[in-house]
Amino acid sequence: MNPSFRLRFAALPCLLALALMAGCASSDTFSFSPPDPDPRVGLEPGFFDAGEAIWNLRMVSTTPPPEEFVGRTNSDLAFTGDYAIQGNYDGIQIWDISDPRGPESVVTYVCPASQSDVSVHENLLFVSGEGLGGRLDCGGEGVQEAVSHERLRGIRIFDISDVRNPEYVANVQTCRGSHTHTVLKHPEDDENVYIYVSGSSSVRPAEELAGCSGLSPDEDPNSALFRIEVIRVPLADPQSAAIVSSPRIFEGLTAPERHGLSPADYRELEEARAEGAIIGSRRGTPRVLPDRMVTPMLDSIVAARGGSGAPTEADRAALQEMLDERMAAEQAAMAEAAADEEPGPGPTQCHDITVYPAIGLAGGACGGYGLLLDITDPGNPMRLAAVADSNFSYWHSATFSNDGSKILFTDEWGGGGAPKCRYDDPYEWGANAIFTIEEGEMIFKSYYKLPAAQTSLENCVAHNGSLIPIPGRDIMIQGWYQGGISLIDWTDPENPFEIAFHDRGPLLPDRMRSAGSWSVYWYNGLIVNSEIARGLDIFELVPSEVMTQNEIDAANSVTLTQLNSQGQPIFEWPATFALARAYVDQLERWNGLPESRIDWARGRLDAAEGAMGDERGEILDELAGSLEAMAGRAGDPEKVADLVDAVRGLGDEM
Amino acid sequence: MTGPQPSPHLFAAALAATLVLHGCATASMPAPTPPARPDADRTARLEALYRARADSVRMTYHPADAHFMSGMIGHHAQALVMSGFAPENDASPTIQTLCARIINAQKDEIAVMQEWLRDRGLEAPEYHIEDGHLMIHGGAEHAMHMPGMLSPEQIEELRHARGSDFDRLFLAYMIQHHEGAVTMVHELFATNGAAQDDFVFKLASDIQADQGSEIARMQLMLDAMSPSN
Repeated sequence: MNPSFRLRFAALPCLLALALMAGCASSDTFSFSPPDPDPRVGLEPGFFDAGEAIWNLRMVSTTPPPEEFVGRTNSDLAFTGDYAIQGNYDGIQIWDISDPRGPESVVTYVCPASQSDVSVHENLLFVSGEGLGGRLDCGGEGVQEAVSHERLRGIRIFDISDVRNPEYVANVQTCRGSHTHTVLKHPEDDENVYIYVSGSSSVRPAEELAGCSGLSPDEDPNSALFRIEVIRVPLADPQSAAIVSSPRIFEGLTAPERHGLSPADYRELEEARAEGAIIGSRRGTPRVLPDRMVTPMLDSIVAARGGSGAPTEADRAALQEMLDERMAAEQAAMAEAAADEEPGPGPTQCHDITVYPAIGLAGGACGGYGLLLDITDPGNPMRLAAVADSNFSYWHSATFSNDGSKILFTDEWGGGGAPKCRYDDPYEWGANAIFTIEEGEMIFKSYYKLPAAQTSLENCVAHNGSLIPIPGRDIMIQGWYQGGISLIDWTDPENPFEIAFHDRGPLLPDRMRSAGSWSVYWYNGLIVNSEIARGLDIFELVPSEVMTQNEIDAANSVTLTQLNSQGQPIFEWPATFALARAYVDQLERWNGLPESRIDWARGRLDAAEGAMGDERGEILDELAGSLEAMAGRAGDPEKVADLVDAVRGLGDEM
Repeated sequence: MTGPQPSPHLFAAALAATLVLHGCATASMPAPTPPARPDADRTARLEALYRARADSVRMTYHPADAHFMSGMIGHHAQALVMSGFAPENDASPTIQTLCARIINAQKDEIAVMQEWLRDRGLEAPEYHIEDGHLMIHGGAEHAMHMPGMLSPEQIEELRHARGSDFDRLFLAYMIQHHEGAVTMVHELFATNGAAQDDFVFKLASDIQADQGSEIARMQLMLDAMSPSN
């Protein structure tokens, strides 16, 4: 693989457009894909006055942290009603975001313990504590003793029935603390929620918390390694929350150390083969052989047939056939060896688990592995599949596509405190890896990494994000620390590409200090960014050539009452004209229907919207019927079917 | 789900074509409302507060934190030496990738540890690698006594191994080396008053998590190499 930085777009057509349009694009909301040169390169450093670059987004507001939390790391976000709850290494910050132009600080609750990742469920707020200085009494003096009963490492539980007056009601101590956690609400259990605790730090001494053991499971079957903790929280009695199981979801993990070549790699190999390159293999993996290896092999083939001089096409074909046989033999031998292999040690922890209760699956980012888990029995998550990847250092988090057919894992190479987006950092490292889920297996498709080189003053690597409910597309907004935020279209898992971004220059001009986007999530039309040093940013989507107003309006028709990104909600769209028009726009953009049919469909939707009662119903009915009839001949029959459903949905509203 | 879609290249080309036709259509859109930002007095005050807190944090470190940082610089530097052998010693592509990543990750970590020490007025060890020989100056005379460090004999053995012999030896020795780093983290966390500083705690935890994951991966790679292969 070419390890250098790769841009995903061909810049030439855009340059051409730029040249032809000079003088037209007077409004800075007018935008097209992608700006070239990339305005994120070379931004001025600054704390609250850093240089900024923005494309296809509108910044609504940026609000600094309260004084208590200045210089203390802002962490994850959760949402309830009109409130954004922002974790901080020193506590919890609650913002009223009902006016997104002026988020109002309503609570600054000082209670130190890193990372203070937050989740909500109904009237309960859960906060992770991992750092050694976290105290049960929320005091700021730390805990000096290596063994202490004043230390909190685990989950704090607050009652936020009155969100402006959180009440610290309980905690659950765990052996490795809680780096992050995941709240799981089982669709059929209304009395409890479950919390999966991802502890990745060292094991506490047994003198501090009884029963904790850092020995390997061979030496001590009760080891706190190689497991996650499951806490059950009775909603009516959160004080009795307790660990109910410690599933060893890693047991017997023997995945290969990498996932093999990507579809793009195979395409490149086939292209090379078609152009006459000789394809060899190493440990069963095909690769193009360099001339210095091919030449002596060909010479020996020529010699073997008693010939002389330059090798012929037949000699090359004979060599290729021989190499193909060798590769097949290597692959068979490796498969046999893998079958005999003893289970390896596997990972000892998960960093983060994303549950998707609507489909009964979870994605676990666990040490060197990405896991697919069955969570239909919340206390006993079962591993369905595991993938590993030599390009992935540390699996960090997971996001499913809304239909559950794809999963995107992130690699937090360097732990988030290092500059891993420099021009010479490989594209595959510290990136996202996208897989399809096929019959319970995860199939690798591609990588995506922030396509704008950052400086060595900016910590940057793939981090937290969420889907945005643009119907018919898989769109995700994601934080990259000081790389800023990046909006990705990963509808085609083999060709993810960027469609919007915001970035600032480095926090300081002379040294790297942690800053940037810890996490950025879509919540009811707002894109809310937890900026580690600079506070809270709020953005909105703006229409562009890559996203129409109808698509944005359809996304904004989805309403959530609460959001924890680690507990992925399923998006369902209410019947709106925007939804139908969004599908029409997509059919136009990707040539899913002929232009004349697009114009006609738009005209009928306008007519229906302008009509009342039975007349509207008749127009919609007729439109749905006509679209259905032409679906089979359309360029994109599935999207036409989605449009038909949307139109029928409007009719059913009547 | 949606049907087949053109590649980004085609998409970009199609966009460009559209823009040529309709380029001026949206030019009359109203200027967007600028974002609501805090006033300059307030941000100046907060920035000053940030700098003051950064200064005061520098005064409150534990000697064990400094000892850990200083020792880990030497420890990491030896990993650079070990990984630096890979290209010359004909390591397999997988091991070359692993080595390249170890070099990238540990160089960055050395830089932040050196900065952490200097910020506190402490001597930061400097390292030099010449022809695969490591020299450490200042601060870390104890580096060679850190857990997991390879002996001079082990380094020489690795220096002279080639091909699959190198791969196997590298994995065995880097597992030993990484396990030493994990032990150093455990010792740090077991010291009264140590790692209260978030930065130290995060760095040490990251080293433990990254190298722990890497130990598991390297063990699998080692297991997969049958002795005859």
